[in-house]
Parts: sequence; structure tokens; C-alpha cells
Amino acid sequence: MNRSSFRTRIAGSPYLVWAALFILVPLGMVAYYSFTDQSGRFTLDNMARISDYTGPFLLSIWLGLLATVICLIIAYPLAYLIANSGEKRQRTMMLLMMLPMWMNFLLRTYSWMTILGDNGLINTLVTAIGLDPLKLINTRGAVVLGMVYDFLPYMVLPIYTIMLKIDRSLVEAAQDLGAGRLNVVKNVIFPLSVPGIVSGVTMVFVPSVSTFYISQKLGGTGTLLIGDIIEQQFQLGETSLHVGASLSFVLMILIFVCLTVMNRFSDSDGSVLV
Amino acid sequence: MKKLFALLLAVLVLALPLTLAAGAEGETAKDYSHLKGTTLNVYNWGEYISDGSEGSLDVNAEFEKRYGITVNYTNFESNENMYTKLKNGGANYDVIIPSDYMIARLAQQDMLEELDFSNIPNYKYILDKYKGLYYDAEQKFSVPYTVGMVGLIYNTKMVEGTPDSWNLMWDERYKGDILMFNNPRDAFGIAQCLLGQSVNTTDKAEWDAAAAKLAEQKPLVSSYVMDEVFNKMEGGEAAVAAYYAGDFLTMYDVNPDLAFVYPKEGVNFFVDAMCVPKGAQNKEAAELYINFMLEEDIAVANANYICYASPNKLVLESDDYDLKDDPILYPDESAMPKTQIFELLDEDTQLYMNEKWNEVKIESGNNTGVYIALAVVAALVVVFAVVKIVRGKKRKAMY
Repeated sequence: MNRSSFRTRIAGSPYLVWAALFILVPLGMVAYYSFTDQSGRFTLDNMARISDYTGPFLLSIWLGLLATVICLIIAYPLAYLIANSGEKRQRTMMLLMMLPMWMNFLLRTYSWMTILGDNGLINTLVTAIGLDPLKLINTRGAVVLGMVYDFLPYMVLPIYTIMLKIDRSLVEAAQDLGAGRLNVVKNVIFPLSVPGIVSGVTMVFVPSVSTFYISQKLGGTGTLLIGDIIEQQFQLGETSLHVGASLSFVLMILIFVCLTVMNRFSDSDGSVLV
Repeated sequence: MKKLFALLLAVLVLALPLTLAAGAEGETAKDYSHLKGTTLNVYNWGEYISDGSEGSLDVNAEFEKRYGITVNYTNFESNENMYTKLKNGGANYDVIIPSDYMIARLAQQDMLEELDFSNIPNYKYILDKYKGLYYDAEQKFSVPYTVGMVGLIYNTKMVEGTPDSWNLMWDERYKGDILMFNNPRDAFGIAQCLLGQSVNTTDKAEWDAAAAKLAEQKPLVSSYVMDEVFNKMEGGEAAVAAYYAGDFLTMYDVNPDLAFVYPKEGVNFFVDAMCVPKGAQNKEAAELYINFMLEEDIAVANANYICYASPNKLVLESDDYDLKDDPILYPDESAMPKTQIFELLDEDTQLYMNEKWNEVKIESGNNTGVYIALAVVAALVVVFAVVKIVRGKKRKAMY
């Protein structure tokens, strides 16, 4: 017993070292910079200045939420469909799902610029059939589109995985008891797939809220997100760096709170079920 | 491919007698063979060196070939980016090419190495008027690379008439088709020229006025850009942009509908110069590189490729230099615009400018819709939570 736990510890040690070096130390540094000024003295000024950035904070959360909800609406039926098709078909569909992810994410976002641009692909088609060109790029819609496009696979994957694991006999039992298709999905499959949804939502919401590249490329001057501001703070130099750090710090706490709330509800859901 | 090869060959043949001649004069007798196998880290603006594309001479490869020193070449997007990276000690560089005011700042903060000009004999080719400028008055730290001015680029198919004022960038008619600089110094510079201020003012009220001017412009701006301006102007995605004159020539090659003007209110004149930052690991090679960049064939290749005005006599006298008489790069006396140079701002003003720039960028107009939507979502979450808890209690009570 002791020996095996020792072995586990050995096996886990590379990760522990990794976590300490690249997760804990940077976190500590972010915290340190958030609460100090240029000369290293403790200060709450940086935190006090965060209220200036309420607008971008709320906008980020709103756009992140929108992207997450749209991802969920698209991904859930898709994952269900994939999980319930034949093995060969499953493999092909997963491959198609993953294929875009093999391309660089910056590149994919960049290509949306040429698709949505004022003289881009879509507008060339639209004007060719005699309609007025559409205002597509530099809008909030374009930013949400970029988020959905870039992060959709992160929603599909965990839901698909969890659906594969659902015990078929539970579905059969429900059917034996007279549940229709809709009822099976509503009362058996959906509750059992909640953990997949939770991790999918996490994996889409977190990068969407903190993104800066997508909003810079696809959004105009009215879509400055909190990620953009943090990036800008770090580029402007020393004093701004501390404000940037405190913004990151607060963003982390906000995301943490959001996720805890969500996890709590999914947990209670699970316990009710079992 | 054949064409490229022929061109390279031609360049080599042309370069050969030159190097021989230089050798014969006995001025580059210094032996650099001990630097073979070392690495030189060069940090430069994007699109700012002849890189071998479109049949041009690959300057870095040429340097590697000649001296056996590996060039590790990286780009920055703005002076401020470069400064932050240097300051945070993120990486080691041997040669950097910042602009005038940034050189002054780096020098003031003791972040530059003094150059040994005996290792840079080609320095004598720099025109006298670009020597000992304010940012490096004692001429200790820098060797000019290019000079230039900022101006107004517009698409003749989208803009009516022939504009001559920065006011074009505040023109309601071009709402959503205006591209503005994405760095505080250049952006404020334009507003300040328009307001008739000095770009180096220390009067906070003047900075406030300039910031208000930028905020007024913001609803019209399509986006704040740096090098993305190339794609956008070339593709006709925007009607008006402020950018560096040399880059206009590059864009014009792709999109001949573009035109350029130096606005009458005045423009920024700048010098970008090569420096060696403190902590450079390979200073000797850095000086060799700086000297190499001033050689005729190399400097001409660069000047032809990046299209900025050159401070190098050899380039201006060379027959291979295509842009010698370009009226935009080298306007004659009568066409010379009013110019202002960016001087080093004191720390206080610098911070104030950054703060104001932040305010301009954050200002995002009316977000009421977003706030209402978020409030609704929050309310829904609370209702959901309450229902859940109540139900859970009921269930527990049942068992």
C-alpha cells in the first residue's frame, strides 16, 4: 500500500514540479505585481483603478457568455449525433471536427478578416448579386463569431466523450418503462451529460472572456475587451504593468467565482441523480 | 527561380569589385574570423529590411555568408513594445533599431552601449545633417538607418478631391473607413499637429485637448493599426490612414489607387537608428553588422526594398537606387512640409500620455444594452439557483 503510494508520488512528481514552476510561481508574480507599485511598495492603487475598466469587463463577460451559449446550442446536438452514429462515421466526423484545430489559431482568425472584410469574400458575393454590401467586420457579432469558430471544438469534445460513456442499458431501461425519444433525452441523457457540458462551458467561456487577439482582428474600436486592455497595459511599460497585473488578477478571481457557482449546481444535480 | 538566381549572381558580380576595392583601400583590414560561428541577435521593426523576397537581396543571409555569423532576426511592432521587452529583460539583443525619441529614452536610462566608431568606418557615409542630432547629441550610441516622415494615405476612389489636411481623418463622410496609429506617440502627434501644439508639450491641458480630439475621432475610426495597415489599404478596406511615407510607396506598388500627402498642419519627422543595447553578448559582431548595413550594395538593397529615405551618401549617389528622385521621400525645398520631431518626454508627461491614451481606447460609447442583458442573465441565474435549492430541500423532506 505504502509502496504504491510512493510510486504514485514518483510518477506525479514531474507534473508537481511543472505546476510549481509554471503555474504557482507566475500566479504569485501576478499577485505580487497587482499589489505593489513601481518601487515595490505595497499599494492598493492598482486595484482602485480597476473601476475605470468596468465597461470592458462587462462587455467581455457578455460576449463570452453569448459565445458560450451559441457554442452549446451548436455543439450539444452535434455531439449527440456523433456519439450515436456508427464507429467508422464517428471517426470521420471527429476528424473533421479536429481538422481545423491543426491549423494555427491566429491564422484562422486572420482568415476571417478576409472573409468578413468590406471587400471580403462575403461582400464580393453579396455585391455580385446586386445587393448593398453588409457591415460585417469590426462589429461585436464578428467577435462572437470568431470566438464560436475558434472554441467550438472545445465544447464538442467533452460532451461527445461523456455521451460515449453513458450506459446504453439506462436508455433501454427508460424505453422499457415507456419513455419516448424526447423523454429519454430529457430525463436520462441530458442529466448524465451535465459534467461534459460543465467542462465544455468552462473550456469555451474562459478563453472567450480573456481573448484579445480575436477582438483586435475582428472587432473595431467599440469592442475593446479586458484582454485587449491587459495586453495594452503590458506594452505601455513599467507603471502600467502593475495595473495590467491587477486586471489579470481580478479577471482570474471573476472566472474562478463563475466556475465555482457553476460547479456547485452541477454537483448538486449529480447527487440528486445518484 | 532562374531569374532569381541570375539576379543574385548579378548582385554578387556587382558586389565583388566593390569589396575588392574596399579591401584595396586597406580600411577593412580587420580580421573577424574569430567571430565565425557566433550568433548575432537583431531586433528591428517589421518589414524593415531587404529580406530576399521578390528578387531582392537577402541582407541577413549575405551577412551570414560573408562572416559566418548566424543572424537571429526578430521584429517589433512599435517603439513602446521594444522598450518594454528590453526593460523586462525578456531577451538579449545585440542590435536594435528604434526611433529617435526612444533612443533618447534608452540613453537616458543607461540602456545603450557606447559604440566604437573605429569599428564602423562606413559611418563617414552618413550625411552630415543626420549626425549629432538631438537624441544622441554627442553621437555616442547610434548610427542612422533610415529617416522619414509621417503622412496621410488615402484611396482616390473613395475620397473626394485632393485633401491637404489632417482634418480628413476627422471627416464624418469617411466614418468606419479611417485607420489610426495604434501607438500613443504617433496618434497624439497627429492630434497635436492639427491643434497647432508642440508634440513635446509638457502642458497637461494641451494633452487633455489632444486626447479629447482623439476621443472625438474614435467613433469614426475603423480600427487602430500598425502594420495591418498594409493589407487594409492595399485591399481597399479603408479610405484614409496615417502612416509612414516610405510604407506608402510599398502599398502603392500593390494598389495604384492610393495617394499620399503631407498635411499642411505639419508632420512628424523621424530618424530610426541602429544601437547596441546594454547587455549585448556580441558587441563586436554588432558593430560589424552596423558597418555592413552602411555598405553601398547592402544599403541600396535595403533602401530599394523598404522605401524609406536613406541618410547614406552612397545610396543617394548610387545608380542602382530606384527612388533617388522620389518626390515623397525627398521633397524639394518648396514641397517640404512643416515638421516636428519627437523629443524625449519627461517621465511625468510620458505617464500622463499613456494614461490619456488608455482613456481614449477604453471609451466605448453606449453599452446600456449590454448592461441590461447582463442584468437579465444574472437575475435568471439567481432565480434558477433559488428554484434549485427549494426543490432540493423539498426532495430531502420527502425521504
